[in-house]
This record gives sequence, structure tokens and C-alpha cells, in this order.
Amino acid sequence: MTASVKASPAASIAPETATAHGLTADEYTRILSILGRPPSITELGIFSVMWSEHCSYKSSKKWLKTLPTKAPWVICGPGENAGVIDIGDGLAAIFKIESHNHPSFIEPFQGAATGVGGILRDVFTMGARPIANLNALRFGSPQNPRTRHLVAGVVAGIGFYGNCVGVPTVGGECNFHPAYDGNCLVNAMTVGLAPVNRIFYSSAAGIGNPVVYVGAKTGRDGIHGATMASAEFDEASEAKRPTVQVGDPFTEKLLIEACLELMATDAIVAIQDMGAAGLTSSSVEMAGKGGLGLELELDRVPLRETGMTPYEIMLSESQERMLMVLRPEREAQARAIFDKYELDFAVVGRLIEGGRLVVKQDSTVAADMPIQPMVLQSPEYDRPWTASPTRPPVDSAQLPLIETADALETLMGCPDLASKRWIWEQYDHLVRGETVQTPGGDAAVVRIPGTKKALALVTDCTPRYCLADPATGGAQAVVETWRNLTAVGARPLAITDNLNFGNPERPEIMGQLVGCIAGMRQACLALDYPVVSGNVSLYNETQGKAILPTPVIGGVGLIDDLAAAMSLAFKAEGESIILLGETRGWLGASLYLREVCGREDGAPPPIDLAAERRNGDAVRAMIVERLISACHDVSDGGTLVAIAEMALAGGFGADIAVPEGVEPHAWLFGEDQARYLVSCREPAPILKRARDAGVAAAVIGRIGGDSLTVSSSRPISLKALRARHEGWFPSFMTAS
Amino acid sequence: MKAAVIVFPGSNREHDVARALTASMGSPPRLVWHGEAELGAADLIVLPGGFAYGDYLRAGAIAARSPVMREVAARAARGVPVLGICNGFQVLTEAGLLPGALLPNATLKFSCKFVHLRVETGQSLFTAGYAAGQVIRVPIAHHDGNYFADADTLNRIEDKGHVAFRYCGEDGALTPSSNPNGSARSIAGVFNATKTVLGLMPHPENAIDPLAGGTDGKPFFDGLIKALS
Repeated sequence: MTASVKASPAASIAPETATAHGLTADEYTRILSILGRPPSITELGIFSVMWSEHCSYKSSKKWLKTLPTKAPWVICGPGENAGVIDIGDGLAAIFKIESHNHPSFIEPFQGAATGVGGILRDVFTMGARPIANLNALRFGSPQNPRTRHLVAGVVAGIGFYGNCVGVPTVGGECNFHPAYDGNCLVNAMTVGLAPVNRIFYSSAAGIGNPVVYVGAKTGRDGIHGATMASAEFDEASEAKRPTVQVGDPFTEKLLIEACLELMATDAIVAIQDMGAAGLTSSSVEMAGKGGLGLELELDRVPLRETGMTPYEIMLSESQERMLMVLRPEREAQARAIFDKYELDFAVVGRLIEGGRLVVKQDSTVAADMPIQPMVLQSPEYDRPWTASPTRPPVDSAQLPLIETADALETLMGCPDLASKRWIWEQYDHLVRGETVQTPGGDAAVVRIPGTKKALALVTDCTPRYCLADPATGGAQAVVETWRNLTAVGARPLAITDNLNFGNPERPEIMGQLVGCIAGMRQACLALDYPVVSGNVSLYNETQGKAILPTPVIGGVGLIDDLAAAMSLAFKAEGESIILLGETRGWLGASLYLREVCGREDGAPPPIDLAAERRNGDAVRAMIVERLISACHDVSDGGTLVAIAEMALAGGFGADIAVPEGVEPHAWLFGEDQARYLVSCREPAPILKRARDAGVAAAVIGRIGGDSLTVSSSRPISLKALRARHEGWFPSFMTAS
Repeated sequence: MKAAVIVFPGSNREHDVARALTASMGSPPRLVWHGEAELGAADLIVLPGGFAYGDYLRAGAIAARSPVMREVAARAARGVPVLGICNGFQVLTEAGLLPGALLPNATLKFSCKFVHLRVETGQSLFTAGYAAGQVIRVPIAHHDGNYFADADTLNRIEDKGHVAFRYCGEDGALTPSSNPNGSARSIAGVFNATKTVLGLMPHPENAIDPLAGGTDGKPFFDGLIKALS
């Protein structure tokens, strides 16, 4: 077989072709040594995608390995399609976050839509019924004329896909910063549920077992994105095809139902979705994990177009496709299910001995390569990195004094803090009827069907902290999700991470990645909050200008009794407002500094992981014991912004007293971490509980009226504040 | 009593409405895959929400021409009650079982939010759980919910009392700002001439639970099941 590959005309690959595929000279030499001969064009294509940054994690692997991934409740950590945790009662939560940044910038609607489709497949591939979607979005400056186009397209695309498949989109986040002008970020997260004893993995087994292709047909979309244009291929016209795939959520919906129906039987040995690098990575991963070989007959692959070459078929990223290994005696049963849903079902190959991937078309061998060396000898780089320079803290006493009411109105109407209702009302967040807390709170709460339990779900990252101090920012992203889950009454269990950075070949960017992961590691360890899945997106850079380092964290927590779930809305007049956690008035890298003072400098607030744990555990106990009526974590914009959010959500005003002897603006807008605001009728037991737990606590105000009154500043009417808060996004999107 | 929920490829709220029916009936409805040969005995047929066939052509257009709809139309002609929610409403108008059409929302965007509805009559199988003029709070989740009919048709269905629900404010007032999709005369749901077929865009099935969406949709199903029992 090897001989026939050698003899094919495609075997004479010029080194430039390897370069055009994004392979370095060293990587190409490694390919020559693995094969013992020059690769065919198909083999070169397969190597190039398997060894791409996206599939091989070659720049980040060294550092990703340092993240904690274990806990007694972790069933499956990173390495599979998604992470799996035990949530009791025989159920597992399966979840992952993934980026679709580059396609979304080129074609926002389809780029974002297919991002949702891809992450859904990662989750239902493992046997889970998807129950919730979230998304973390970052766009350039609102003043950039392209931004509105991207926002409109991305949001419509996410809605188009998620709404059609019938999975509620329950949460997420959206920030703006000029650093994203040339690279928007679209990170999509899916959470699913499966019985713990019916989880499906990708490791193939059973020599001779059929390899089955199901779902949509294969076309020329998405082939090899950036490296496609190469004269050697003589495909100048093809190169002009859009490299962004087109999503078909209707087919995905059918694929979900068909796969879950099949998964209720015992027909499946292994299953893997065809995501990035399509048929190549799915077959290599399944066979590689099982230590077997795999023979593919491409003549049997359902095709949408004629004349497709092995190279194109192997590298196509057409959507809504899956690859499975079936028990041979169950083939007819499986076929009947896919026939019912009118989806393609084709036996395209079988598992073979010898550990080689053999790809044939028209009885000609287009590729014949050893799988293990391709996987095990994939490049791994220890790229040089430099630590980000340390920034001095900001002296709040040196900042100009701004009227509190003016500052609050500015903050509540600034792009990052303005209500994102314009976005989430375009997402069906109610389908399935289990959404207990809708978007707009600290975390989404989705009931586990048929139980009194619920999952709490959130995504978070504060990129300006990550830029200012990567380690602190990485830790902060983790602890903020932990706090958000805590604030709705959940026990945080595990995270999925989406590491979005610039070009790792630049030492300062690599330093951001290294620093953020170090901070994440510390926070995960301190909080028993492991990483179970994730995705890395590098090279988010345009003309040498990188995005802010953006390690987005998706957190999942469990609420044992929904009756005790908590929300941030003020509930009743006359209740006391208590601030838990220590306030020093940290304004470095704060939103107040940026939005009110026009500065982006300073060190970010330090993270005290022991205090995070202590304060969070105390707050969660208060929620579970029903001692408090509302709870909100204090983050972007500080204490007064958090109070304003609680007031707007509940429709009650508040009187706030700034303590003696503090800088008012630092106390009101400082972004010190490990803090929560709670409300209650009777403050004394809360204060005692806090004191006993070693948590700083003070009554800072009282709920009442229809405005916010802060010490001597002019009262701020809720009506005006709401108009600011709700008004920014719609007016931004409709401005001409 | 027996209820059948027709599941088209792309339906996605069939379990939501099945749960609501189960809570009111005490037993689950039958979920009937569109390709099944037999609809079976049914005292109530429900067309659920979702995106039948992806709605790529026009919402409800392909589903309305699917074989199972011939049987639904025949049953409806015999007086079997038929309820279409959201996509089901779109299918019923496309099938000619209800007057009018559902155009894309005036905002041209998908819209998922809670709205207020004014119950126009309690005198029907489907609204027996409510009093005329009652205001209820239920969610919508659609892209094409902008009810349209020509003026003669609108006058006729209003004159005959065939408007079931209208979008309104919390106080029951009909204002442009309380009309979420641009529907003609704020119409959210209509009956056929015999009031045995109802189509509505909002989702009462997502408002049957104090923890998730409130309970204003519960009387819809309780009243319907009681009236049919």
C-alpha cells in the first residue's frame, strides 16, 4: 500500500507546499521521518491539520498540563469531546466551551451559528441531551464602524442556531474594547445531561467493526481555512470559496434526536463529531485512542458536490456530521433510526490492525500513515515568554472628585455595564421550560428535569485585569465565576476554559498565556474547582495588534434545593443591605478609572484566595439556610454599581451611607474582590454569622423609595438610571 | 381523554406542551412522529412550537403540506379540537385551517420575552379557564409572529368573536409598545369559525410552573382539559 502512495503523482511535494500548509521546516522533516518518504498531498493535508495549533495545542500544551483536572466528582477531564462531572442521582453534567473567533469576524452570522453547532455536537457526542447554551462575546470599540455589523450578525447567528435546535441560551457576557477591533471573540458553551452509566467516548475498539458516517453531506466548505491558497493545488477558483462553513440547525436538531435515540441502545462502540479538521481528526482521534488502524473508503462518503479529491474530503469542515464505530450486528438497527430522521448513514470504513490510517478513493490509496507517531510526535513547543511588566497601584486620593450620581449614571450606561437585554431577547432562553433564572442575573439557573435540583451556569473574564497582571487576571476570571455561582446558591463544581490570546510566537503574548494559566491554576486549586474541558484560541491578532488576554471561564455549579435558589433583585422595602468582604477601595484597572476618569492604568485588585473561599462559603450557607433575601457578587463597577443592579432588578431604591474615613469614590466604585452584597430583614444574625466566620461585614444601607441616595450626593432616580442602563444597547444598534 | 402532539422534524417544544397537558390530564399525551401511518384516536390534536423542517422556506409552509396534516385537517373538519402554538399556529394558517398569516416580526428580530395577553373571550374550549378581559403573563419566542390579515378578514373575525388573545399592557390596554411583533390589531391568537381550532403565538406551556415562568398558562390547559372531559 505504501508503494502505491509513493507512486502517486501527488507524492512530489515541494517544501513550499508544506510551508503553505503552515508547517515549519522542522515539522516537515519530522513528517518525512515518520513516513520514511515524502507525503502525498492528502497526507500532507492530514498532518497539517492534526499538527495545527488548533488541533495539537502545540504552544499551550506544556502549560495546560499544569491545570488541576481532578476532583472526586470529575468523571472525565480534558481530552475527550467535553468534560463530565457527577451531579448525583445517577446523572452527569457534560459541558465545554469553544471559540469560533476567526470565522465570526469574517462572516459573523454563519461564523457564530456554526460555533454554536460545533459545541452542541461536542456535548451530545458524549450522550448528553443539551439543556443550555451560553456565550461570551468580545467586540471592538462601539465607535468602530464595523462593530455594530459584527454584533448584529453574531447575535442573530447564535440565535438562529440555538433557537432552531431548541436548546435555551441562558447566559453569557459581552464586552467592548478597541483591542478587539481586528478580532472579535465568539466563545460558545453547551451544557448537557446524561445518565452516568450511559456516557459515550471516542476510543475505537474491535478490529473489523464498521466505521459509520452520519448526518449531513460533505462539501468543499471550510477546507483548510487560511492555508488553502496554494498554487500547487491549482485550485485558484476554489480558493475564493468562503472558508467559513454554513450552519444548518435543522439538520443538527435531527442529528441530536437520532444520536440520542441510537445512544439509548447498545449499538455504539465509539463516537466522535466531525468538528475542526472534519473526517481527519475524527478518524485519527477514534483510532488513535483505541490503538487501532482505520481504513476509509472515500467513495462511500456522502458528498454534496462532485469531483471532490481525497484531500478535500478529508479536510472538509462541513457541519452537522458524526463518525461512529458500531457493533456490526447493530448496523441495521442504527440505519433504521437515521432513515427515520432522513439523515445520511454510510459505512465508510472499518477498524483494521496495524495502527495505520489508510484512505482510499477509486481503489487508489491516497494516504497510508501511522496514527500513533502522528499523535505522539506532534510538535510541542516551549515558546519563549516574558512576564508582563508590573504596574503600580493607583492612588485613589489623586483622582479627580466626581459627583457620585454622575459617575454612577455614566457607569450604568457604559457599553460593558449596560443591560444586554437587546442580545438575550433574541435568544430563546425559555424553551424546555426549565429556565429558573433567565439572563441578567449573576448566573443562569436551569432545573434538572423531574428534580428539585438545578445547575447554575456562568461565563466570566475581566480582560483588562489580565492585561494589567496576567496571573491576577487568570485567577480573577476563575473566582468571579465561583462567586457568581455562589451568589445564586450553588456549589461550584468545575470549569471549562476558553483561552483567547494573540500570537504565541511573541514572548510578551506567551507571557500573558503563561501568567493567566498560572493564576487560573492557583484559583482552581484553592477552590477545589477543576478544569474539565477547554479550548485554546491563539493568533487573535491583526497587524501586530493583539486582543486583550481573554481566558474566558465557564463555571458549572449545583443547587441541591431550588426552593433556596437566590437572585440579586431587592425583594422588600425596609430591608437592610449588608456588604460582606473587605473593602479597601481598589481603583486600579477598574471600570470607574476607565469610564469616568478616562484611564486604563494601574494594578488590578489583588486576589486573596483564602478570603474568596471563606467569604463565599459563608454566603452560600446563608442562602441555603434562607437567612437572606437577595445576593449579588460585587465585580465590575464596584459596590454602588452592584447596588444599582439589585435596585433595578427589584424595582426598589435604597439609601446608602458611605462610612467615615474612606475616600467615597474608592469605597463606592473600587473593585476589591471576594465581596458580596446581601439584603435581609434582620441584620444582626447575618453580622454575627459573618463575624464568626471571619468575614468582614457591615450594614451599608436600607432598601426603599424609588431612587438611590448616597450620603450627600444628589438622589438618582431609578427611572433615569433604568433609561440609561436599558437604553445604551438599543440606541447603539439603531444609530445611523 | 386522549391527546396527540404531532412532532414534525424540527419541532422543539413538544415536550414542553406534553408536560403541560400531562399536568392537567393526569396522563401523558401521545407524541406522534409526522411519518407515522396512524394518528390514532385523539380528542385533542396539538401542533407544538419549534422550527418544522427548519422553516427555511417560510414558517410552517412545508409542515402544512406534509401528509400528516391531511389527516389533521380531516379531523378538524369533523370537529376534533386542534391547538397550534407558535410554529403550530404558523402551520395552521399555512394549511388554511385558520385565517390570516404570520409575517416576520416588525423588529425583524427573534424575540423571546414575557408579554401580557388580554383574554378576549372565556366562551371557548381553549379559554374556558379564563374570564373575558383577564390579563395573563406568558412568554413569546418567535421570529415570525406578526399576525396579518386583510381588513375584511380582521373585521369578520372580530365581529364573530374569533379573536382569542391580544397583546396588551399589564393593565390590559392595547398600545403599540405592548405589541411585541407588529401584529394587526394586537392579535396574538385566533379561532376558526367553529372555535374548535385555535392558533396562538405565545407559549402558555412555558407558564405552568411557579419556579419557571409563573402559572398564568396553567388555567389554559386545565380549562381545556376540563371542557373536553
